[in-house]
Amino acid sequence: MNRSRLNSGRRLVIGVPFVWLFLFFMLPFFIVLKISFAEADVAIPPYTEIVSYAEQQLQVVLNLGNYLFLTEDELYLAAYLGSLKIALISTLLCLLIGYPMAYAIARARKDLQTVLLLLIMMPTWTAILIRVYAWMGILSSNGILNEFLLGIGLIDQPLRILNTDVAVYIGIVYSYLPFMVLPLYANLVKHDLSLLEAAADLGARNLASFWKITVPLSKNGIIAGCMLVFIPAVGEFVIPELLGGPETLMIGKVLWQEFFNNRDWPVASALAVVMLAILIVPIILFNRNQAKALEGKP
Amino acid sequence: MRRPSFSTLILVLGLVFIYLPMVLLVIYSFNASRLVTVWGGWSVKWYVGLLDNSQLMGAVARSLEIAFYTAIAATALGTMAAFVLTRIPRFRGRTFFGGLVTAPLVMPEVITGLSLLLLFVAMAQLIGWPAQRGLTTIWIAHTTFCASYVAVVVSARLRELDLSIEEAAMDLGARPWKVFVLITIPMIAPSLMAGAMMSFALSLDDLVLASFVSGPGATTLPMEIFSAVRLGVKPEINAVASLILLAVSLFTFLAWYFTRRADKRRSRAMQQALEEAGEAGLDKPLVAPPAHS
Repeated sequence: MNRSRLNSGRRLVIGVPFVWLFLFFMLPFFIVLKISFAEADVAIPPYTEIVSYAEQQLQVVLNLGNYLFLTEDELYLAAYLGSLKIALISTLLCLLIGYPMAYAIARARKDLQTVLLLLIMMPTWTAILIRVYAWMGILSSNGILNEFLLGIGLIDQPLRILNTDVAVYIGIVYSYLPFMVLPLYANLVKHDLSLLEAAADLGARNLASFWKITVPLSKNGIIAGCMLVFIPAVGEFVIPELLGGPETLMIGKVLWQEFFNNRDWPVASALAVVMLAILIVPIILFNRNQAKALEGKP
Repeated sequence: MRRPSFSTLILVLGLVFIYLPMVLLVIYSFNASRLVTVWGGWSVKWYVGLLDNSQLMGAVARSLEIAFYTAIAATALGTMAAFVLTRIPRFRGRTFFGGLVTAPLVMPEVITGLSLLLLFVAMAQLIGWPAQRGLTTIWIAHTTFCASYVAVVVSARLRELDLSIEEAAMDLGARPWKVFVLITIPMIAPSLMAGAMMSFALSLDDLVLASFVSGPGATTLPMEIFSAVRLGVKPEINAVASLILLAVSLFTFLAWYFTRRADKRRSRAMQQALEEAGEAGLDKPLVAPPAHS
């Protein structure tokens, strides 16, 4: 076979997605990094150049002011911690609810499984904005839930749920639950059931063999599911904006306000850089896990 | 009758949790009362009113256009990436390539959105393109993250495929691209379809990326809805939201149906081939049955 032709074909098929993703996914991070060292300016675009030519010398002025600013104002630290806390608790809730769901689907009849999977998958394709909006109508003080609880006489006056952290938890768990169930199912359905039978024959009780066999075997599914929920949840904007209240501090919302309301692009960039620095370890963990899955290795 | 297990109970409750809010949203979109939570009888007036809202209709048209082109580009790009990851075992930078393909799946949208915008601004300064942000820049943003979803869906299918058919064609002298177009593509067609529909739905849905990289006059449907929703629940929005739910559900169902039908047809053909092989008196089937998914 013509080797050079094979190689040029291969180069093309690797090159096109590589160049696209490098240009539109990787390179932009370096620009964010660069602009996080610039100063805000009343100009178009609204930041100063950090690289300049003066007297035939290339000058690079790195301005650490934005990062110092992030440490000075407690709002930012609180927002990072708030995001991590909300994302962590939501991830655990998703795991607690999602694991039994995935387990039940994986052990259901084959024809039932495809239908159940469709039911889980459908919402992941459905406008997250609209699903969050649906909760606004349910949770508001004159919303459906309060009307119902008042109607059956369980409460005397409407509960304040919308615009609190509780609503944010509900929103995140609701939106990300399918992303927990799907990788868990993909893992659980591959388990060799004879292991469980063997354990039962040897006298292990169901719960014991569940903890000792099923859970350890599903480690990769748990990691994938948790990362798929945790990482995007840290940077979530729509849910805290629509369901959260003024006291809900999440970094995605702060970044958005910094960018769109204050038009301070350098500070928004610095916020993004710090967020990425926090998330880089989970992202690498997820990528490793995913690379194994994509290549079909166990 | 067996007592339903704990996990089945959670599954049922979980599905109710997932679907009840959407069902309520659709029901209340038919509410005649302007007060959103007070039931005033059935009515379709909010739906009829939508047609007169030209601003909203313009946004719908823009969103559909972006979603259409995103679906095409993301499917092409994602399929190439999936092919590289499943068929080219060794090349320099492979791990890095894999990371580039999967990272967009989890990257918070505010980061991707901000970084893409800054890229476009820098490019406009440097090479004068894009002179104005709008549909094209949104399309680029959507294509980038949808391609990752397509790569995941398609690579799952590529991995299941029986390599021996592709190898046989190669042995008979077919060029790699010919094998890909004539043999691989038809075999993975359902997952390409599913990937395209998924990209369409994801693009139609995106608010954050579009808000960052959009320009004057390029307001998409989610941006339009978001600015209205910020002010509270409104019956008109209930109607729009219900229509989007309906459209996306239809798309998902079709994607699922195509994949399933193709799977069924393939396993039936395989079954038939095995039976014929058996009747012909062959001890062993010529083709090994595929590992059942």
